[in-house]
Order: sequence, then C-alpha cells, then structure tokens
Amino acid sequence: MDKSSHALQREEEVKTVELDARRFHYRELNERIKSLINSGYEEIILNGVNGQRYIGDGLVHKVRIVINGVPGNDLGVFMDGPFIMVNDNAQDGVGNTMNSGMIVVRGHAGDVIGYGMRGGKIFIRDDVGYRTGIHMKSYRDQVPVIVVGGSAGDFLGEYMAGGIIVVLGVGVNSGKIVGHYTGTGMHGGVIYLADSIDQSRLGNEVRIFLVNDDDVRRLEALISEFSRLTGLDVSGIDPESFIKLLPASHRPYGNMYVY
Amino acid sequence: MSLEVSDNSMKWRFDFSRIPSACGLSGFINRDGNRVGGEVIIESMRVMNERGNGLGGGFAGYGIYPEYAEDYALHIMFESQEGKLACEALLKENVNVEKMEEIPTEPNERIVNPPILWRYFCKPRAEKLNETGKSEDDFIVDLVMQINTDVPGSFVFSSGKNMGVFKAVGFAEDVGDFYRLGEYKGYAWIGHTRFPTNTPGWWGGAHPFNILDWSVVHNGEISSYGTNKRYLEMFGYRCTLLTDTEVMAYLFDLLIRKHRLPIEIACSVMAAPFWKDIDRTNGDERKLYESLRSVYAGALVNGPFAVIVGFSRGLMGLNDRIKLRPLVAAEKNEYIYISSEEAAIREICPKPERIWAPRAGKPVIALLRDGA
Repeated sequence: MDKSSHALQREEEVKTVELDARRFHYRELNERIKSLINSGYEEIILNGVNGQRYIGDGLVHKVRIVINGVPGNDLGVFMDGPFIMVNDNAQDGVGNTMNSGMIVVRGHAGDVIGYGMRGGKIFIRDDVGYRTGIHMKSYRDQVPVIVVGGSAGDFLGEYMAGGIIVVLGVGVNSGKIVGHYTGTGMHGGVIYLADSIDQSRLGNEVRIFLVNDDDVRRLEALISEFSRLTGLDVSGIDPESFIKLLPASHRPYGNMYVY
Repeated sequence: MSLEVSDNSMKWRFDFSRIPSACGLSGFINRDGNRVGGEVIIESMRVMNERGNGLGGGFAGYGIYPEYAEDYALHIMFESQEGKLACEALLKENVNVEKMEEIPTEPNERIVNPPILWRYFCKPRAEKLNETGKSEDDFIVDLVMQINTDVPGSFVFSSGKNMGVFKAVGFAEDVGDFYRLGEYKGYAWIGHTRFPTNTPGWWGGAHPFNILDWSVVHNGEISSYGTNKRYLEMFGYRCTLLTDTEVMAYLFDLLIRKHRLPIEIACSVMAAPFWKDIDRTNGDERKLYESLRSVYAGALVNGPFAVIVGFSRGLMGLNDRIKLRPLVAAEKNEYIYISSEEAAIREICPKPERIWAPRAGKPVIALLRDGA
C-alpha cells in the first residue's frame, strides 16, 4: 500500500465521529461541533445529550448530526443546511428561524416548533405542543415544511405567512388532530390535516377546503419521505381524504388601524 | 459588554451581556410517601441553569421534619439582630416554641450577603386560640402576615408542618448546596431558578412562595397581580414580598383550605375557561363555570404562567389558559414529575413510562396514595 492511498483511506474513516456530550455545557458542545466540521467531519454522532441548547445553531454545512438523548431548546436555530436526526424526544423551539436543511425527531417535540421557519423540513414522529409553525414564511423556491405524525396543540400555524404544515394524526382520537385556534392570523401557506375538525377549533382567518390532485401528489411524496425517515407506520393514511386549511385573506388586518 | 446605566444603584442589574433565559421549574413526588434526598431535585434544576440568571433560586421539601411533624416550622429571614429580637418577642407571645435554631448552611462564594436565617418549630398558644377563636391554621396565617408587615426586616418564608422552603439570591443549584439540601429527605420536592423580569431579585422574592403547606414556583408574569392582591386583602392576606407569585400561594390557601374548593375547581377559578368556551357548555356545567367566574372574578390569574404547587397531600402543575409557558409531566412507578423542560426530568428519571405535555389551563394533580 503506497502512502497516498493510505491517506485516502484514513480520510474516509474519519468522516464520522462520536462525541459523549454528557460532560459538555452547550457552549462548549456547539463550539466542539463547529470545530469538528471545520476539521472535515461529515457526520457527528452525539451521545448522552440532555438539555444542551442550540445544537446545530447557524451551521451552513451539509453535515449530518445524530443526537442520542434529548436536545435542549432551539435545536437547529438559524440552521442553513445540515441534516439533524434525533433518536429521542425534543423540547421547545425546534428549527427556530431555520433557513434550509432538515430536522427529524423520532419522538415528540415541545412548543413553538419551526418558529419563523423560512426553508427546509422538520419531521416530528409523534405529537407536537402549542404554536407549531408560528410565523413560518416562504419566499420563491424557499418553502418550509413541517410534518407531524401525531397531533398538534393549540395555535397551529398561528400568523403563518407561507410554507406547508401536514398533521397525520396517527393514533389520535377523531376530531382531536389539532387543538384550538388553529390557523389564527394565518395569511399564507397551507395546512393539511388527515382528519376533519370542528369549525370551533379554527381561527377566524382560515377556511376548510378539499384536497385536489396536486395536493394529493404533494402529500404522497411527503408522507413517504416522512415514513422512511421517522419509521412511523403510515399504511392507514389516505391522502385523498385529507382536508386543507387556507387563509381567507392574504391581508387579514388590512382594514385595521387604518383610520 | 455592559450597558451604560446612569443610575449607579441600578448598575449591578445590567452588568452583563444579554442572557437569554426564563424561569425554570421542576418538581416530583413519590406517591407512596417514600422519602428521597434533596440532592435529586438539585440535579434536576442544574440542567436548567440557563433558564435563570442567578437572581433567585429555591426549593421546598415535604416530609423533611418528621421529628417535629406536628409543629409549624417557621423559616424566617432577618435583615438585622434587632428585627430578630422583635420577631422573637412576638413569637413568644403567640406560640410555644418547641425548638429554635439557625438554619444550617454551607457558605459558598456564589451566595453572598445572606440575611440571618432561623427556624422555629412551634404551636399556637392555647390561650391565644381561645382568645381569638381562630383555628390553628388561621392563627398562623395571621401571625405570618403580621410579622411580614409589621416587624422590620423580618420575613417568614415558610410556615407549614413537616415541610420547608429554602431560598436565596443565586442559581438554584448553588442555593441547594448552600442550604445543604442533601441532608434532608422528602417525599416531594419542588425547585425554581429565577430570571426576574419586573421585580427585584432579593432573598424574599426568590421562589417558592409559601403559606402554611402551600408552596408555589412560577414561570411567567401575573398581570392581574393588583386585582388579586386587593382581593386577597379582603380576606386578611398581605402581599409584602414584592413579587407577583406571592398571590398564587395565598389564593391556593384561600380557595382550597378556607373555601374548601376541590383542587380542580380552584384551578378553574385561577385559569378560568374563556367565556366563549363557557358558551359552548350546557346545564350544570355552564352554571358552575358562570358562577365561578362571577364569584371569584378577583381570583382569576391573568398573564402567562406555568406553576408547580406543593402541598402536604401532593403536587400540582398548572398552565395559563393558552399555555404561554412550557410545562412537561412524566410518570414512572410511584413517581410523578413536572418540569419546564423534559431534560430536567430525564436527568433524574432517564426512562419514564409516560411523558406528556399538560394542556393549557388543565392541572396535573399527583396526590399521595391512601395510607402513604
């Protein structure tokens, strides 16, 4: 074996690195992640994570971060590119203002998931808390997507300005797929629900529609990707029976405070 | 980086770069009544260090004083020896003190300028009870109000039986070490780390807030504080601790102990259903909620909050009506956990059988099992 091929082989070996996060404060942990990326690692596996905040914050690299444990708040905040896989539950603020990349949580997540999100995808296998997708927005080909396998709490898609939210409701009792005030203040984007809901759960600014062929194709693609990444069994789900929520107006407050 | 502040006296409050935080809560109960050491709640709180800024931390433990289980354990902070003497004279007049001692502490460099901290295990004097016609609990509540209002620089921060509050200015884990919590065993513990937003970070303003066996730790702001305070004053409670959360402790005492409301109903008073939701109910249910909102308008707690409430029989978590602050609960065997963050639970219970997010305005209630 000559020297150059040996070097090549070593480089391939060192693409993945495991880190015991247990002893790190989040500042140290996130600095460590950045320096590992700068040293050329493409996959970082974090073991023993418990509550460290801001993992993946502001990263612009196409790296893969695997988290074993419960990451702290604002996982992937301002992130622009990475793929994060959480093999446990996540807390509040997953994907806060993220721009691109992907976060997959093989468990449940807390409140304000995808806050102000402007691109990329967030897949949560189980339930999410309150205010999922609050203020998410899209611009041209930047279309953020959130898919939830279980149910969503109150204020889903509050003030939503763009993007796509899908709630699959697997294992959720009929009529409870989302909480109250769904789509309050919504003025852009679309919410797809696998189950119908009572009008009383909706904000004043949204209307219920049936899905069309384009919606079904879009849902099929997203659901199959979601199932592959989260491992959730979606065999009972029929995209043709979904409902969609759209804003009644793109300028719901156009007539307020104007005189 | 620090902000320029013209008023010199305020400088200490701004002498750091922005610290993104919010209060942090954690609590757990062993429903069989088995007691565990205070170091467990410290470890849970340590995970949420980021949620506080060092201007307040505290704990309450239940079942910690079995040798004085029938006595009221008054924990009192004094700003001066004179205040202490005045307070002790008042105590002597009103209660029989079984034992009095300094609260054991382990000074550390992160807890500075502690007040004088003493505890008094006592019972109301029989002749005082006869003279006033009050129940023991009412007598103690009035005595606490009198000390906090009238005795200079003296504040009772814990007044229940077989339980105790330990609080200070500092980060929660440092406060726990300071009070040597590892030397106590309790069947229920609650903890708090504080990020004061509207009111001063002083020893009396740290959480938990307590009266009798009610202890409350809180994340949020109570915008109805003025209304609640005036309402409570009609029943003899005096808010002296300069922090909104104080009203919650007194409201639980008033509604559940004095007015004998079931816990769930007391929660429906404080986190009352919206009128639009009451309009969707019928019959007795509608009548109940309409009556509660009318009778107890002054006890409605508005603004964002997540609280954990400790009391002799159990533990309870409650959110405001639209869940503007986080709260997570979990269960394993005879333990129930409630916290601001799941990580704080998983630190002390890595694999719960069930973890869930309590719904807005709906309490999580974990009581001791019968016979525990």
